[in-house]
Formats: sequence, C-alpha cells, structure tokens
Amino acid sequence: METQKIEKPAPMIETVLSIESPPARAGFLRALGAIIWKDLAAELRSRELLSAMLVFALLVILIFNFALELDAQTRYNVAAGVLWVTFAFAGTLGLNRSMAMEKDRGCLDGLLLAPVDRSAIYFGKMFGNLIFMLLVEVIVLPVYSLLYNVNLFQPGLIVVTLLGSMGYVAVGTLLASMAVQTRTRDILLPILLFPVMIPLFIAAVKASGGFLQGIPMDEIWPWLNLLLVYDVVFIAVAFMVFDYIVEE
Amino acid sequence: MEKPPIIQVKRLVKRFGLKTVLHGLDFEVQPGEFVALLGPNGAGKTTFLRILASLSRPAMGEVRIVNYRLPQQAAAVRRILGVVSHLPLLYGDLTAEENLHFYGRIYGIPRLERRVQEVLELVGLTARRRDLVRTFSRGMQQRLAIGRAVLHDPEVMLFDEPHTGLDQDACQMLDNVLREVAARGRTVVMTSHDLARAADLASRFDVLSRGRIVASAARSEMTSDQLLGFYRQALQGS
Repeated sequence: METQKIEKPAPMIETVLSIESPPARAGFLRALGAIIWKDLAAELRSRELLSAMLVFALLVILIFNFALELDAQTRYNVAAGVLWVTFAFAGTLGLNRSMAMEKDRGCLDGLLLAPVDRSAIYFGKMFGNLIFMLLVEVIVLPVYSLLYNVNLFQPGLIVVTLLGSMGYVAVGTLLASMAVQTRTRDILLPILLFPVMIPLFIAAVKASGGFLQGIPMDEIWPWLNLLLVYDVVFIAVAFMVFDYIVEE
Repeated sequence: MEKPPIIQVKRLVKRFGLKTVLHGLDFEVQPGEFVALLGPNGAGKTTFLRILASLSRPAMGEVRIVNYRLPQQAAAVRRILGVVSHLPLLYGDLTAEENLHFYGRIYGIPRLERRVQEVLELVGLTARRRDLVRTFSRGMQQRLAIGRAVLHDPEVMLFDEPHTGLDQDACQMLDNVLREVAARGRTVVMTSHDLARAADLASRFDVLSRGRIVASAARSEMTSDQLLGFYRQALQGS
C-alpha cells in the first residue's frame, strides 16, 4: 500500500517540536510515573481519599473493639479477620474515590487520549491505589496493636499484608474503572469486588491468623502460595482486558 | 491535484446494545479544512467524534486518520490528535501548570518547561499558572483545555461542542483561539448546535442526522444567512 504523505503544517507555537515516538518501554514507564505522581500530588492537596479511608478504618476497629469483648486468646484468633474486614471496606472507599477523580471533568478520557499503551494507565492507577492502601495500613496496624493488645509487627504478617493489598488493588482498580462508567458506581463496586475477592480474603485471613497464632510454616505456605498466584493471575488478566473495559 | 484526505471514514456503524447510533456513515476531510459537524441532539455527533478520537470502537466500517487505521493503530493516531470536549479533561486539584506538565510527560514532549510556558501564554493563563484548576471559571478551564489539546502540536483537532456552558466573553475568546488554530493550518472537526458560530468559523458544513451525513456544503457556497435554510432543508430531507 502506498504511504500517504501529508505535509505537517507550521508549528502552532514558536517552539519547533520533535515529538518522535519514544521506545515503547520508556513511554510506558514515563506514563506510569506521571500518573502515580499526579495521584499523589492531587491527594496531597485535597486529602479527600486518605482521610476518608483512614477515618473509616479507625472507626471500624474501634467499633469492633467495643462490640467484641474478648479475652487475650480470642483477640489473637479474631485479629486477622477484623483486620482484613477493615482493609476491605476502607479500600473500597479509596478505590471509588480514586476513579471518581478520573471521571470528574472527563479526566479518564484525557488519559485514554494519550499515545501510550493503556496498560500504563492501569498500572499507574494500581500503584497509586497501592500506595494509599499501604499508608492506611501503616497507621491502622499500630493502632490495632494498641487497642487489642496484639503484637502485629511480625515479618510474616507484613508479607501477607503486602501480598493481600497488591491483589486487592489489582482487582479493585480494574473493577473500579468498570464501575465508574455507570451511574451506580458507589454501590456497584463492592457488589462486583467482594465476590471476586473471596479467595484472596480467605487466604489472607488464614495466613495472617497462622502467623499471629504461631502455627507452623508448613500450614501457612499453601495460603501464601494462593495469595501469590491470585496476584499474578489477576494482574495478568487486568493487563489484558483493561483496554476493552475502558473503551466504549 | 486534490490532496489525499487526512480523515477518511467509510460505512461506519456504531451500536450501543440493540440501538444503532451511526448507520454506515461516510466522511472525508482534506488537510487544513475546518469542518463544522451540525445536527440535532442524538444525531450521533459526539459518538462519531469519540470514534475518531479512538475513545470508542466502531462496530463496522473503516476509519483512517492520516494513514493510520482505527482501532488497530490507535496509539499512532492519538499522537497526531488534539481533542477538546465540553468537559475540560483537567484535574481540579492540580494547578494549570501541573496539569500541562502531567500531560506533557505522558506525551513525551521535549523541552517541556518552555513548551508549557508558551502554551499558557497562547491561552492567556500565564498569570494564573500556579492556581488550582478547580478555582478557574468555566471559560478559563476551557482555555486551559485547549492548551492541553495543543500541547503536543497535533495536526488534527477535534472539538466537541466546545462552547457549551460558556458566557459570551468566553465564547469570543474561544473563537479567537479556534481561528488561530485554523489559521496555522490545523485540520479541525468541530461539532456544534450553534449555526451562527459555525458559519463564522468553519470552511465546510456537514449535517449529521440519524447517524448519517445527510448534507455537506462549503462555506464559499453560501452566506451566513443561507446556512439556517441549508440546515433545515438537510434535516427535512433526511
């Protein structure tokens, strides 16, 4: 086929631009970095997302503390469940707000118009959400330790929290970008998200509980493996389908 | 000899579920043309522009911009497109300068600092560059939206009802920027309800009704007063 040649008109502004296609990987990483920077900068100004997640998470553990009057052993037994319920609900608030910010003033279209692989947008949003989620967890875990008198500072538990949070935001970012395009986005996200998260929550609660109760590693490994596989599978799925989800 | 079209659309069909919005639409634009796409609400103007912008996938048909096919070569098309809609596509919690920096980084624009200053000057927002976009009036947001769209110096610009919600002064200012864009040889496709404004700006009028282009005329073929008659006749005949 003959290549069509169209003369580029004179530049709109005096600077002569030479925007050549950068190597795909460089463009991907640049877009990824720009989106993470944008999310952090916007949150630093508004503090809407982090404050909502944090207040909600602290309220949940406070309510559980009063609602369940527990002896020392039971406290260790329920800690994992209470923690993951708290992270799940607070995380939903964050995911909703994070994508709502993209929908306001049509910003999601602005991102989709960029000449980069759209998976860069997904990963940019995912890592932004992960940072917010981890920030909330860094504050919630010590508060929980104080309130429930449970030692949560164990390397194993921190690994489980990282793997669980990664899987949660991987699926959550994908489903939030789907839900945000509907009128009922606030209620749709948890309805879509929680059923898909069941394997992750079971694995995270079992593994966390195992570390807190000092169960042998042999019994914890299967749950850690499940978490790892869940993360890999859903990140791969999101990478493949994100383009189709965001395009009409 | 006539130049090859910069935008070429053949038998374009778009469906949302069972509803067909575009019915085999054909459309061509020559380089440097300013086409006003006119039509009533629900005619499919925004849907058509979103397909050109690679934000929506066609169900059938062929769409080429320069020599790139959509949706297969969407990333290449997006590099040469600038899009302005009635929404500004800007982040309210970032300043004007930060918004342009953000988009500039995503587009990989060289010498970004200088470029951002020039764009802010072009749209007359240098004095407000460090203010948060959420504090801007609708007119200022729309000017910055144009700045965002021209930041990477695109060859083709798509405007989707850019005057929506603007007061008279802001419309005037937007018109001046649109004229500047056209005067510098950019190809422009603009959807509009406002016939007077379209008559003032465009070099060609296409009427879109029920998902098809039902009439097309060059600006040189009619006076501004005749445009209303042409538009009504096109709609009656469709």
